[in-house]
Amino acid sequence: MTRFSGQAISWEVTDGIIELALHREPCNEFGSQSLAEFEKLVNVLPELEQRARALVIYSPLQCGFSAGADLRETYYRTQQMDRASAVESVRESLKRTHEVMNTLDSSPLTTIAAVHGVTFGGGLELALTCDFIIADKTARFSFPELRLGLIPGFGGIPRLKRDLGNAVVRDLVLTGRSFNATKAHAIGLAAQVVGEGQALTVARSTARQLAKFDHPTSAAAKQFIKPIPYEELRREIDLFCNLFCQPAVERGLKKFVESKDAQPYLP
Amino acid sequence: MGSEQQTVEEILDLAATQFKVPRESLSADDDFFHKLKIDSMQALSLLTRLEQHFHIELPDYELQGISDFRTLAQRIQARL
Repeated sequence: MTRFSGQAISWEVTDGIIELALHREPCNEFGSQSLAEFEKLVNVLPELEQRARALVIYSPLQCGFSAGADLRETYYRTQQMDRASAVESVRESLKRTHEVMNTLDSSPLTTIAAVHGVTFGGGLELALTCDFIIADKTARFSFPELRLGLIPGFGGIPRLKRDLGNAVVRDLVLTGRSFNATKAHAIGLAAQVVGEGQALTVARSTARQLAKFDHPTSAAAKQFIKPIPYEELRREIDLFCNLFCQPAVERGLKKFVESKDAQPYLP
Repeated sequence: MGSEQQTVEEILDLAATQFKVPRESLSADDDFFHKLKIDSMQALSLLTRLEQHFHIELPDYELQGISDFRTLAQRIQARL
């Protein structure tokens, strides 16, 4: 399947590059539909990896790359369950999401996230699975989960710890503040900062260049450079589920879903 | 470092340009969410422009509870 057009994501292989578009309105909130479509991608990825050398992930939506997990869906789904069933449902969903993220992270393809605007929570976690982040100067990065009484749950902390200094990780996670693209570049989160509207163009050009290299060598180098922190990722799921049982989470999610603001992203 | 009034003027210029509203319709004590008709997502894009223009970092939580240009200018002034 070299081409797919879904409700949340689409992909296409062109000249040895897989372009994966995230296009679920309003801002690529990652919910059950997105997960199901990402699982389709992961299922065909071995086949695509035979035809491609690079993967570029981007969003054509104006608001940005992704606002992260679909908290409204999570809230309403778990409200209908008793506490134990709700936690089990969240754990199951996280395991499936981690499977997707880990597959993308460990793909032998060279992977690039071309981001702009809001790149928050699960959106940032998806970008962190990529080998490079190319950020348009409008991009803002944040892990706002603590204001809901949670931690990032899609592998964000282990991947941040792998890629950046611990002080930066603490700043991002414990304050929940957002960083602009210039700051993201300065701390090593973004590989390149480009002009407004240019991230995809630059990502394509970077991917074309990388695709010229000997593929087995690139894949071997990537595997050597980029370990997957599986043990920490598993512990993250446990911690997330433990926190999900706490009353602060229900209060935080309720406040979020009942907010009058259509997009209540400011902490 | 410019005066607070100068900072207010620069913010008003930036906001008018970014959200395509007449500059003369904006004043220091306006509620920018109401006057610019923006939500919190668009406020983040204004924050990015302000950080780039003034070469500062302005954490989101500094903006909590702020909705007028004058107080915003004071928060920026404190970081210049």
